[in-house]
Amino acid sequence: MNLQINQEQINETYELNLTGEVDAYTAPKLKEVMLPLTEKEGNIVIVNLSGIEYMDSTGLGIFVGALKSSKANNSSLKLRGMTERVKRIFEITGLTEVMDIESGVKGEAL
Amino acid sequence: MTAKDALTERYQDLLSVYLKAKTETTLYKGQQFSRKLLEQQISPEDLVSLHIQVMDELFPDMSEEMRDSFDFLLEAMIGYGFAYREHQSLRDKQQQLESEIEVAASMQQTLLLSDVPEFEQLDIGVVSVPAKKMNGDYYNFVKSGNSLSVAVADIIGKGIPAALCMSMIKYAMDSLPEEQMKPHLLLENLNRVVEQNVHSNMFITMFHGVYEPESHKFYYAGAGHEPGFFYHAKEDEFQDLIAKGLVLGVSRTTTYHPYEKMIEVGDMVILLSDGVTECRTSKGFIEREEVVSLIRKYMDLPSQKIVENVFQELDRLQGFELRDDFTLIILKRLV
Repeated sequence: MNLQINQEQINETYELNLTGEVDAYTAPKLKEVMLPLTEKEGNIVIVNLSGIEYMDSTGLGIFVGALKSSKANNSSLKLRGMTERVKRIFEITGLTEVMDIESGVKGEAL
Repeated sequence: MTAKDALTERYQDLLSVYLKAKTETTLYKGQQFSRKLLEQQISPEDLVSLHIQVMDELFPDMSEEMRDSFDFLLEAMIGYGFAYREHQSLRDKQQQLESEIEVAASMQQTLLLSDVPEFEQLDIGVVSVPAKKMNGDYYNFVKSGNSLSVAVADIIGKGIPAALCMSMIKYAMDSLPEEQMKPHLLLENLNRVVEQNVHSNMFITMFHGVYEPESHKFYYAGAGHEPGFFYHAKEDEFQDLIAKGLVLGVSRTTTYHPYEKMIEVGDMVILLSDGVTECRTSKGFIEREEVVSLIRKYMDLPSQKIVENVFQELDRLQGFELRDDFTLIILKRLV
């Protein structure tokens, strides 16, 4: 299984639409795209996870890294459109408390 | 005949056949021959000198300019020769480092493994199996005074960083004063240590609990760890052992909620890593209810037998291909 990353940009707002799986194999690819976006002050990075069926802890680690980077660099990171299975691991790990996660299931347009 | 002579002869054969027939097949043979050269560690300038030698044999009347041009080429290849030898020595070093690292990491892991303690009131069973060579799951039992503390952790990230992280946790836990053995305080302490010391992509999920035999109370707290189960014998039911809290290593100021449970005779505390519930079969994921029904199936056996049987069945369901590290611990109150 693979991960597809579709990126759209309007001014300083970047939306990443992810499809597939985020695991130990695909996580580096996500990191490569997402992390630099969170490193620029003022950037708004929205990640749409409605196409993700599976995420493992390595994948989760990429989001933890991105969260830390956005705090350190004054950018913002929002997640939206989580499927139940993905939502569960964000809840168990307590990350729903510290991350900006939009409720609502499917990601609407910007 | 030395290996080098054999190579020269072979090269001469291939070259003369090519010069006569000029076919694709003989060209391809030349390409294959280069693999043999690499195997024998022939450097680029050695190959040029071999070429000169062969050309001298094949064309004794070669023009002087042609002959000299080869000598010039030989000099021009020297740099490549250095690069080639450097590459080789780096590759050797890298292989050596890799195997040393592997040995060190697995040695450390063995050292960190906790023995399953003998504890009068509790029947304890543990199974912890890595998906790859290195186990990212960690468990630890500590007897302190009369009480028994148990920790299960999942370290996200692999290899050296994870192995180092594991020992950091162990030593941080061992060096905490006894009054801080309260699970929620222990997690707060560890969180500060972890947050300062790990890479930003890394984090640790942990469940920590302490059983006090006088009061029969189990005190516990969780840092983003997969919930375990509590089996309440009187009601004959399994409940989720929920202990909410943020994973270790994300935010310095995180605090953890203290939980406690009364443990009666026959009750079980079941702790696990997410490898247990994230088991994937051809039909999809194993749900928590299925894990519970497996435990139920074997729960009249001693704890060690329960965990082993559950592991074997889940392993079989996954086609004997563990995707994630697997840890399952059962504590059953006997008296």
